[in-house]
Formats: sequence, structure tokens, C-alpha cells
Amino acid sequence: MLSKTPSKQSSGERSSMFLKLAALGTLLFLHIPLWLIFIYSFTTDESAYTFPPPGLTLKWIPQAIANPAMQDALFLTLRVAFLATAAALILGTLAASAVYRYDFFGKESISFMLVLPLALPGIVTGIAMRSAISLMKIPFSFWTIVIGHATFCVVVVYNNVLARFRRTAGSQVEASMDLGANSFQTFWHIVLPNIGTALLAGAILAFSLSFDEVIVTTFTAGNQQTLPIWIFSQMLKPRNRPITNVTAMLVVLLTALPILFAQQLTAHSSDSDK
Amino acid sequence: MSDNTAIEFRDVSRVFSVKHENQSGEVRAVDNVSLQIKDGEFFSLLGPSGSGKTTSLRMIAGFDRPTSGQILLYGQNVSSLPPYARDVNTVFQDYALFPHMTVGENVAYGLMIKKVARAEREKRMDEMLDLVQLPGFAGRKPLQLSGGQRQRVALARALINHPKVLLLDEPLGALDLKLRQQMQVELKSIQQRVGITFIFVTHDQEEALTMSDRIAVFNQGKIEQVGTPAEIYEHPQTPFVAGFVGVSNLVTGPVAKRITNSDRTFSIRPEKIHLAASSAEIDGDMYAADGRVRDVIYLGLYTRYLVELDGGGDLVVVEQNLKTTSMDVMKVKSQNVRLFWKKEHARYVGG
Repeated sequence: MLSKTPSKQSSGERSSMFLKLAALGTLLFLHIPLWLIFIYSFTTDESAYTFPPPGLTLKWIPQAIANPAMQDALFLTLRVAFLATAAALILGTLAASAVYRYDFFGKESISFMLVLPLALPGIVTGIAMRSAISLMKIPFSFWTIVIGHATFCVVVVYNNVLARFRRTAGSQVEASMDLGANSFQTFWHIVLPNIGTALLAGAILAFSLSFDEVIVTTFTAGNQQTLPIWIFSQMLKPRNRPITNVTAMLVVLLTALPILFAQQLTAHSSDSDK
Repeated sequence: MSDNTAIEFRDVSRVFSVKHENQSGEVRAVDNVSLQIKDGEFFSLLGPSGSGKTTSLRMIAGFDRPTSGQILLYGQNVSSLPPYARDVNTVFQDYALFPHMTVGENVAYGLMIKKVARAEREKRMDEMLDLVQLPGFAGRKPLQLSGGQRQRVALARALINHPKVLLLDEPLGALDLKLRQQMQVELKSIQQRVGITFIFVTHDQEEALTMSDRIAVFNQGKIEQVGTPAEIYEHPQTPFVAGFVGVSNLVTGPVAKRITNSDRTFSIRPEKIHLAASSAEIDGDMYAADGRVRDVIYLGLYTRYLVELDGGGDLVVVEQNLKTTSMDVMKVKSQNVRLFWKKEHARYVGG
């Protein structure tokens, strides 16, 4: 980001130096804890955080990966994230199409209510989901976690797709129908290619959101432990600290890389649209 | 109902309900319009924005449906058919090319949807690109083309299905003047070659006069007049047509009475009026009016004079600079003059 900023003329030199330092400081403040986790993933220390690490080792990585509790948590989390994302893709696209194409009573309110779960503190969504689910006498289970996650995953897909719709000329859809394509063919040949990257970016973001969600999960889960919750519970057991660190590092890699990829996708397609 | 009618409007209305600051009302975008467009015609819907011409076109295409009345395509009532079930294609104002497809895929889209075999598809796509003079452009993307080239691709794409009627929604609006004039000639020649009925929406009266076999002049959802360019220009039937198509002087009330001995409103085209010295003798088959030249605008090819009539009101007069120079015409400014024109050139319009 810094390197892309065009350098100012001499008058702005001093302030830009200050800005650079401030930016660097902020980045370090945000990233040093992350790097520490990475470093402690390789420490020979069993249970304490000493710095610098007394020695480095790779032995925790296979141990962490082979840990059955960690595996269960990881697979549960992946299944939840996949299903929540799939639900979000379908519902988000449908909602965005409706809001974009039609004028109907209460359209603004519906649009606002859709976005609300992402803006609301997770704790509120969590409490609300929990009371609603108990009220309806639905047992807390894998599926209630999926539903809880879907509420905020829908928002990301909805926002991405709606933004793309607004950048796509509406006359393209009319042109396709005019040339003999019915609604389904038009969606397949014209709409989908137009919103494809928006869907992918939305899906990746939704997946990442779901993957490391703790608060809503705590309220909507039965006795299931998703990976973030498992990690949290492990923090109380000093013995397993290196394994927890390794798992945390894997989570960082699993969520950060797709988000970077999603950013690339949307940035790239917005360039080519112009 | 003769079989050489391509499109017929039978009492077609399109009413939009509007809500604005707690006031709800309705807009009659197209108001009880009846119209017949003949097979093979180049027909223009001419009018200012909001006059109902584009809504009429969209109803023929199927993007919009009449609130009441019927639209017939070669005798078949298509009023409620979806766009893809009508043998009609459209060239859009913003071209509406598909940016993720190549020029060739854009042009062949209609055939691809109809599941025409690939070889046949490519053959016809090449023919179409030849027709619009873009041979060899099949592999490019629409974003790599100029406005005029996109225009041609849109035309090729709309013609490839051999529609019964081609609709053009202000297709030349975004082009610069030189290119527009060139495309006008070309569109006309393409229309004659393919022999398809063209329905052309425009707000540019000059464009409509240049290209059309017949013109319908729209105003506030109604048709004011339908006729050939010459009829519309020479015999405007309403004050609106006289004012909208070309420049016209409308003379009303007492001023009209002083000139023609009748208070009926008439229109007179600026180029039909002659300027003479204030003492000039005028023949009996002419109308005459005296006035003072208030302004002279020299425009190279011709000069425009603004003459204030003695009885009130202004007349615009245009004379070609056949023998005069800019120095000559300027001398007339502030002079008293006599204007005259053939009686038959004064057109009584409406009311």
C-alpha cells in the first residue's frame, strides 16, 4: 500500500516522513503479536512463553495436525463454513437481485435489515439467535451453528453482488432477452459471468468470517466445538500451548490467504470493467 | 388489416403511477396512440425527451407492456409476449454489448441461443461483420473499440437473427457530428440492403428528416402528425410540429390578421421569407409585413435576420449568401425592411 502512494513534492517531504513512521508503527503494533504466535509455534519450550525462545523445533507441527480433538474441531469448522457460505451465496444473490431489479414496498428497510447482522455486535446477534432458537424448541446442534453463521455471511455476498449489479449496465439483460434468451439463459450467459468474481470474492470473505467466528458460535452451538472455540479452551491448558500456537498459525494462513486473493479478484475486475 | 403492415398500434396507452412527496398521480407516457408502420419502411419516432417515443419502442420490443390497447406485429397480437418470443431486435442507446465476450461472440449471441451449429454461426457472423464494415474484428473485446465501432457491432448483433423489425433507440446520440452523419447514410443503405423494417427513435429532427421514409412526431404521449419528411416539414399540421421540426415562425392573433386578414395561426419557414427595401412593391400572390431588422447573424453559408414587426412580434428570416458578403449583410441592421413570401408558404396550423 505504501509503495503505491505517489511521492509528493519537496513541500510535503517532512509530513510524509512522519506519516511513514506512523504507518510503520501501526503495522508493527498490529503484526508483532501475530509474529510472536508464529515464533512460539517453533519454540522448544513446552509450556511457558520465554523470549527469545530457548531453541527452535518443528516437532509441534505433526503433533498438532495429528491431534484428534483438533481434527474434529477443524472438520466441524470447515463443514459449518462451507454450508454457511453456500447458503449465503444463494440467499445473498437472490436478495441482491430482488433489491436491484424491483421496486417494492419496504425495499429500503429490507436492505437495511439484511446488512444489520454484520453491523450489530456479535453478542447481540448471539443472544437473539439463542433465544429465538430455544423459543422455537430447535435443539442446539451443528445446524444451528450454520444458521447463526449464515446470518452474517449473507451480508458479505449481498453487498458484493449488489455493488456489481450496480456497475453492470441493465441494458445487457434486456439485450440478451431481446436476442432470444429466456431468463435462465440470460442468467447463465450474461448475469453470472458479470457477477462471477463478485460471488467468488463474497464467498471467500464469508468463508473466512465463518471460519474464525467465536461469539455467535458460542450462543448457537450445542456441545460442538469449532476450531476457534477449541483453541480458546486450550489456552487454559499450559501443556498444549505449542500445539495451540501451531493451530493458530494454520488458522491465520487458512483465512488470511483467501482474503488476500479475494481482494486481488475484486480489485482486478474493477480495473477491467472500466 | 392488410398484410403489408409491420407494426400496428391500436389505442395503445402506457400509464406509469408515480409517487412524489406523498403525492401520487399518474403519467400517461403513451396516451391512446394508434399507428401503422408499413413493411420495409424506415420509420422514425421523433419527439422531445419524455414525449413517449422511447416507451413506444420499448413496448414493441417487449421490455414494457401497454396498460391498454394492442400492439400487432404482422397481424399477430404481441402485446403480452416476452421480448425473447418476439421476432424483433433492438439496437440500444448505450449499445449494451456484453463486455465479457468478444465481438464475434456478441454478434453470434442470438444464433448461439437458438443453438445454430458452430460452422453456420461463424459464417453468418462473418457476413454480418462484413455488412457493418468490421471484417476481422471478431476476436476483439468491446472495450477495445471506439464508439462508432461499438455501434456497428450492436447493429450486426441485432441483425443476425434476421428480425422482422429492427428497433433503434437513439443509436447515434453518443457519436460526434461527422461520424453521426456518416452513420446516417450507412444505416440507410444497410436498411435498403437487408430490406427489414427499421423503427428509429430520435429527438434530432434533422436526423429524422434525413433518414426516414415516414416520421411520427410525438408530443406528451400523443402523436401530433405522421407523414413523409417533406409533408412534416412543408405541411406541419400543428403548432408543435411547426416549432419542433425545423425552425418556424408562428404568427398568431392580431399580427396574423394584419398580414392575412384572418386571425388563424399560421407558420412560415425562415427560408421562405424574402427581405426587400421598405418601399418595395409586392405582388398580389404574396403576403407582406413591414418591420425593422433588430439583429443580423452571419453564418457563412447563410445569414439569419431577426426582424421586429411593426405590429409586434418577431420573424426569423434566413437568406443564403449567394451574392452578399458579411459586410453587405451587416448594413441592413436597424434598417426598416419589407418582408414578403408566397401566400401558399404560410401554413395554417391547428386551433
